[in-house]
Parts: sequence; C-alpha cells; structure tokens
Amino acid sequence: MSQLVNSILVLLVLTGFLLLGSSRLAACIRAVAIQGLLLGILAIAVQDGQLSVAGVLFPLISGVVKGLFLPWMLFRAMREAEASREVEPFISYNLSIMAGAVALAVSLWLGQRLKLPSQPPSSLLVPAAFFTSLVGLIVIVSRRKALTQVLGYLALENGVYAFGAAVALELPVLVELGILLDVFVGVFVMGIAIFHIGREFDHIDTDKLASLTDQLR
Amino acid sequence: MMVALLVLIPACAGSVAFFVESDRFRRVLLLSAATAQAALSLATWVVQPTPALGGWLAEDALGRLFETLTSLLFLAASFYAVAYLREERSQSHADFEEGFLFSNAREASFTGCLLFFLAAMTLVTVSQQLALLWVAVEATTLASAPLIYFHRHHRSLEATWKYLLICSVGIALALLGIFFLAVAATKPDGSTIPLVVQELSSRAQQLNVPWFKAAFVLLLVGYGTKMGLAPFHTWLPDAHSEAPSVASALLSGALLNCAFLGILRTQEICVAGGLADFSGRLLLVFGLLSMAVAAVFITGQTDYKRMLAYSSVEHMGILAVGIGLGGTAVFGAMLHVINHSLTKAMLFMVAGNLLAVYRTKNATDVAGALSVLPASGLLWVLGVFAITGSPPFGPFLSEFAILKAALDQGQAFVAIVYLGLLAIIFAAMAAPALAMAQGTPRENVVAPAARSLALSAVPAILGVGVVMMGIYIPAVLTRALREAARFLG
Amino acid sequence: MTIVSSLLPLMLAAALAPLVQAVITRTKSVMAGRVGPPLLQPYRDLWKLARKGAVYSHTTSWIFQMGATIGLASLICAVALVPFAGFPALTAFSGDFVMVAYLMALGRFFTVLAALDTGSSFEGMGASREVTFSAFAEPALFLALAALARQTGHLSLSPVLAAVSAGTWMRAAPMLSLTLAALIIVFLAENARIPVDDPATHLELTMIHEVMVLDHSGPDFAMIQYGAALKLWLFGAIIVGVAFPWHSGNRWLDASVGLAGMLVLGVATGVIESSMARLRLVRVPQLLLAAIVLSALALALA
Repeated sequence: MSQLVNSILVLLVLTGFLLLGSSRLAACIRAVAIQGLLLGILAIAVQDGQLSVAGVLFPLISGVVKGLFLPWMLFRAMREAEASREVEPFISYNLSIMAGAVALAVSLWLGQRLKLPSQPPSSLLVPAAFFTSLVGLIVIVSRRKALTQVLGYLALENGVYAFGAAVALELPVLVELGILLDVFVGVFVMGIAIFHIGREFDHIDTDKLASLTDQLR
Repeated sequence: MMVALLVLIPACAGSVAFFVESDRFRRVLLLSAATAQAALSLATWVVQPTPALGGWLAEDALGRLFETLTSLLFLAASFYAVAYLREERSQSHADFEEGFLFSNAREASFTGCLLFFLAAMTLVTVSQQLALLWVAVEATTLASAPLIYFHRHHRSLEATWKYLLICSVGIALALLGIFFLAVAATKPDGSTIPLVVQELSSRAQQLNVPWFKAAFVLLLVGYGTKMGLAPFHTWLPDAHSEAPSVASALLSGALLNCAFLGILRTQEICVAGGLADFSGRLLLVFGLLSMAVAAVFITGQTDYKRMLAYSSVEHMGILAVGIGLGGTAVFGAMLHVINHSLTKAMLFMVAGNLLAVYRTKNATDVAGALSVLPASGLLWVLGVFAITGSPPFGPFLSEFAILKAALDQGQAFVAIVYLGLLAIIFAAMAAPALAMAQGTPRENVVAPAARSLALSAVPAILGVGVVMMGIYIPAVLTRALREAARFLG
Repeated sequence: MTIVSSLLPLMLAAALAPLVQAVITRTKSVMAGRVGPPLLQPYRDLWKLARKGAVYSHTTSWIFQMGATIGLASLICAVALVPFAGFPALTAFSGDFVMVAYLMALGRFFTVLAALDTGSSFEGMGASREVTFSAFAEPALFLALAALARQTGHLSLSPVLAAVSAGTWMRAAPMLSLTLAALIIVFLAENARIPVDDPATHLELTMIHEVMVLDHSGPDFAMIQYGAALKLWLFGAIIVGVAFPWHSGNRWLDASVGLAGMLVLGVATGVIESSMARLRLVRVPQLLLAAIVLSALALALA
C-alpha cells in the first residue's frame, strides 16, 4: 500500500512541475485535472484498507469534480473568452521550474521538521502537500492570465486537501461536502468572471487590469 | 429550530427571488424576508434558541450580537436597496468617469445574491464548528462577488476579479489553518477533540502548542485577508468603491464583521489555552499596520468612496488592536463593532446619494452638498466626524475605551501610535468632507426632482442610532457586550 | 577464466558498441518504411576511415590533432570503469562514478577545443550548444547516480549496479522509475539523439554534435565515431543495469540478458527518435531541468 501511495505522490509532484513548466494553457488545465484525480485516489489509498462507504464515496466525488468537471468548465471558459492559448508568465519557464525545485526542497525540509501526532503512510505525504500548495502560490504570483490564476488557486486548494488526507482527518460528511461545494462554486464563479473579462477587454491578462489605482494629489 | 430558520429564511427567499419576474413582487419579497429575519433575530434576545445539528449551530452571546447587527443592517439596506433599484431602473446608464454606456446586472440576480449573502453571513454567526464557519465565510465571498459586478463595466469587473481571487486565496490558507488546528486537537493517544469552539476552549490546555500557534497564524492571515487587515487589504478599496452603495454598505458594515468573527472564535480558544500574549501581539502588529496604511492612503485621497473604504481598513485595524490588547479593550472593540457598522453603512448610503446627484466620485468636484441635498449633506458631515472619532458620536466612546485600556496596561507606545494615527486620519478625512458640504455647487448640478424618501430616511435613522450610541448605551446592550467579551480576555 | 570475465565488459564494449548504433539506425529506417543500411555498416565505415589519409587545415594547431585522440582515450578509460550485466568493471573504487563523469567531460573538453581551434563559426556554435547542454545534463547524471548510490548503500558503480535487483524494484519502484527516466533523458542528450539533436540532419545550423567534428577526417574521424559509439554503450550499460536487473547464478545468462537489454534499448531509442520531433533549442534546457528535477526527487525518495 505504501508503494501505491508513494507512486501517487511522485506523480502529484510531477504534475506540479508540469503546471509550472507548460507553455500551453490546455496542458496546464490538464495538469490540474490529473492532480484532482490523483488526490481522489490518494484519499482512498491512505485509508489503508479500512474502507467505508463515506470513505470511498467522497474521494470519488471529489476526484470526479476536480478531475473532470472543473477542467471541463475551465476549457469552456478558455474557449469562450477566446484568449490566446499560451501561458504568458512574468518569469521564464526555466526560472519557474527552478522555483519549483526550491519549493520542493523547502517542503521536504518542512516535512521533516513538523512532527505529526500519528505517522503518515508515507514520509513524502506532507512534503508533497506543501509542495502542491507552494506551486499554486507561485503560479498565482507569476502568471499573467486570469485563467492560470484560477489554476493556481485550484492547485493551492489541492495541496491543502492533500495535507488533510496526510493527517488522515476524519472530517464530518457535511464539512467535506461543504468544502467541495465551495471550491466548485468558486471556480464556477471565477469561470464566469473570466468569460466577462474576455468579452470586456478582449484579453484575459490581469496585469492589464490596472485602472483602479490610488492617485495621490 | 430557530437557529436553522435564521439561515433558511434568506436562503429560500434568495432562491425564489432569482426566478421572480415581477419587480414589485421581488422587492416585496426582499423587504419581507429582511423584516422576518430582523424580527427573528430580536426574538432570540427574548427566547434563547436551542442548538441545532448536534451543537454545530448555536447562538452564544458573541454570535447573537453579530447576528442581530447583521440582520438589522440588512433590513435598513434592503429598504435603501428597493429605493435605489427603482431609481436605477428609470435612468440611462452612462459612466460618470469615462462616459461610456453600460448596463446593469439583472435585478433578479442582484436581489437573489443579496439574500444568499445574508444567509451566508448568518451561517457564519451561528456556526460553532470551525470548519462549518470556514465553509460559510467562503460562501459569503462567492455570494457577494456578483453584487460588486452590478454595474457592468471594466472597473467593477477588475474590482470583482481582485476581490474573488485575493479573498479565495486567503480563505484557502485559512483552510490549511483549520487543518493545522485539527492536528493540534489530536491527542497523543490518537483521539481527537471535535472542532467545536466550546469543546476546544474547555480542553484548550491539551492542544499541541506549536501546531496551534501555526494554525492561529494561518487563520489570522486567511480571515485577515477577508477582513481587510493590512497588508492583505489590497482588494478592499477597489471592491468597496466600485460596488453599488447598498452593496458597499453591507460589505463594510456586515461582511468585515463576519470575517472578524472567524478570528474572534480562534482568539477565544487562544485565551482559554493561555496563549493570549502570542496572539495578542500578532493582532496588535496587524492592527497598527492597518491603521498606518489607512492613514497613508487617506491623506490626499480624491475619490470619496475609496476614502470610506480605507476608513474601513482603519477601523478593522482598531478592532484588531482592541482584541490584541485584551482586558477592557475587548469591551471597547465589541462596542466599536456596532458603532463602525452603523456609521459606515450610513456613510456609504449617503455617498451613494451624492454620487447619483453629482455624477462624480472626485471629492474636489463636489461642493455645496448642504444646499443641493440638505439631508444627505448634513448626514455626510456628521458621519465623517463620527467615523473619525469625534464626540458626541458612538465611535468616539469605543475608540476612547480602547485607548484607555492601552494606557491602563502601560502600553505607551501603542497608545501614542494609535492616537497619532487617529489624529492624522481625522485631519485627512474631515477637510475634504467639509469642503464637499460647504460652498456653492457647480452650474450643471441640478437638485433632484423627486428622489425616493427612503434614500435619505434610512441613513438618517442609522445616524440617529450612531448619535444615540454616543450619548446613552442601554443597559441591556452593555450586558450583552460584556457577555460577548467574556471569553475573549 | 577470471582474466576473461574481468575483461569481458570492456571487450563487449569494444566489439559491440558500433552495433548498437547500427540497431538504432536500422530501427529508424524500418519505422520510416525503408530497409536501411546493413547492421555491420558502422564497422565498414570505421575501417574505411582508418585507411584514409587525414587532412589538417592551416588554421589548426596541435590541439586539433590531439583532440580526437584524447577524446577516444578518455572514453575508453571511462568504459573500463563501467560494469555490464553483473560482470564487474575492470577497476572499481569508491567514487568511481565521479571519475566516469569527469573522464567524459575531459573528452568533451578536448573535442570542443578542437572544434574551436578550427576557427569555423559553425563549429564554434556547435561547441557552445554542446557545452551548455552538458552543463545541464551533468547535474542530472550525478543526482541520478547519487540516488542509486544512496538506495543501494555503495559508492562505486560496480557494486551499485550489482545490488540493484528485482527485489529493489519491488521495494522502491517509484524511485527507480524516476532515476530511469532521468537517465534516459541524459542518455538522449549526451548522445545527441532526438529530441535534443538530430543525428541525420545535414543543415549545419541545426547541428550540435556533428558540426563540432566537421573538420575531422580520416583516422581522426574514425576515432570520433568510435568514441561516440563507446559513449552510447557506456550510458546504455548503466541504463540496462537499472532497468533489467537479472542476477541469476549463471553469469553467461546474465550477460545474454544484458545484451538483449542493449538491443531493446537500441530499438527503443530508434522508436523514440522516429516518433518525436526535435525540440526547439530553447526548450532543451527545460527538458534537462526536468531531468534534474526527476533525479533530485529520486534522491529525496532514496
């Protein structure tokens, strides 16, 4: 079981690097989609055989929503906003990947420093979770397009969710549903906003959304 | 049952409002839902509601205070909103600053989102389970984003996008904080303390301290983003100035309080666990920083709605300072929550009236408000004096209480910086506000023919409330504030 | 017998390295629908070149004449340190993988010097590209070998590759897959294969490796070609050692499995080359950075 968990975590880290290094928007959306699916499988795998109906159902729903539904919405937003399909970052792709490597090192260090009350199934679990969140933050900060900022937000949420799975949180059903619903509606609203931005501005570059500033006399 | 109704009434009304075609029926629905909600809130002061959902939804003293404030503010805002929407219907929409034509969002979706917004805020106030509280705070972000995008043009879209993204990222960090808290609540033998405020407070000594401290920092950053504490406040001036005035009033007056409530719940647990020094110091730093940032950006600010938004940042800073100081300052902070909400809501509504008549957001272009719009002009002047802390208005008493507590505790540096920043903000806000009210208006400003009475009456009622709070605080309110402040140090 | 078995890796390398090149070329031809050159063609080419005379330009110096020789010499020494399919290398000592990398770097250094010595701009351009890409590939190689060393607990190539077994794959499959992926990317980069460099291109502006050796002729060129084949074998031996760890008792069976593995690697390389297009030059550092990240992750997992 720990082999399966390790393999999933390695793939999770690789999708993080894929998100950082891809130049095409479609590839970035697919990377986040794979992350969502992997997390669904991970949440089932860490239960280590003690499967319950809720324990399988919610990761499954979460995997389907984050892995299929949300990416479908984002693809639609991308097509309808008619934005150019290239990610236009502020820092080069090489620098992004190196930033990701630094983030991985920091996550590994943090994972060693933080002593969890119970031993997680794999020593890579907490570092992978922190890494995914850090990748999300790097993407939000270093990318120009509104769509990639949404992808960064999704990666951040994925990382937090992975941390929850790492510490084997038994969140009540209502809360899990609530969190999932929040993320879903959040991305839905953001997708609509991106559509409006694309229609209003003819682009979805957020660094050109700069008309609201403070002008001191 | 009552507690569940408090959330369900606006939620159901909101779902219905989306599909109602008739404007008149929808506005009646809004008003009746708001009135029912306000009546139910006041009823909870007489009859203590029973907890629901196994203790997850319950009204303690703190929640009741915030919930009633939110409901009453929403009631006032809904009357103003109905009048505002009627005015918006009859006008053509040309942008004041750049002159292009724009359209408004569907009134049905605006009304529906308003009611969902109320439902989400009520859920925040009655949640005792911290993860459920998180879900509710995120829900308020999502329900209020369409409100900002009522006037469909590029500036409000930009403000909406910034609001959505920055608040969602902050809230995601708060979720990590909740997970850290869950780890802190796991005892060495593997059993967990449920994430209910009551349980965590009573067993606060058993919490794992490093994890709890990390959780507090993350929750402060996350909910602080939503609350508007510097340096996470960057979405606030844009969102609050581009939203229609009724939405700004609710955002500043009610939503910031709900985010503050998230921090307060965590502070309750900190105090119970003996970590009040640690959390207090952090709150003080962020509070003073917020006040300083607000002071810098209010000085020389020409956009009067942005000025009000930065004033909200300042007051959130004051609240953080109050809670950070602890002791009697907490009572002052609770009082300040009420005073700030009433005054800021009134100010935003009055600003809306000024904007509608003067057609400009630039404070230097507005003059002679007292002659063109007597009621709104007077309320504007009084409101600005109130919000900057002059007697005999409410905010003076609460800000003074916090200052006195700082001096009593011997925190001379905090008191001096606090007082200095308040003075700077007073000077920076009062001067333009007075200039706006006095003088002669320009030629093309026409005194409005027949604007709805509610547009002036509602802020006037709130203004009366602010004056009352400055002169006399009813004993029942004092008792309630003391109850609310009890667990916060 | 022991003399034979200790010299076997080196002898196999010496004899069969050009054959692997031929297998790759044949696979590419078959995938393109052609018959392709016969499998012994590289040997015929080497024989032809060895009997030719060399032409040296007036702009070159003694460095140009030494470059090819030193390149081949360093590669032969490097191959002597690499084990093959359970047979330990001729010499093995703690830290010998560093020596292998540095010997390859020495050969590359002198090839580059020889290219710069000609004063031709094409060769200078190829030299700069080659050096840039190997600057990125070397950390990946080192990290991958370090990951293997950490996993098996030895510091020398021969014990490390001997310790990798099917059991290791059962225990640490993610880490070994990452190492393998990184090593394959480095293999493609160092041996100038698609997607890094197209060995069949005839446009000098697009070449990296071939353009550096444009001015060599005759026996020098034969040495360069043979050195390239040895380099291919060197990386291939490491990859086959990680990917096909067959350690039965019978050493000749192990050797046959190793040779079969080299065949599979040749065919796989041909398939990869036929199915991908060459990457834009600015993307190659990204690919190699990805290899560095993969091997760093493998090291973290080990």
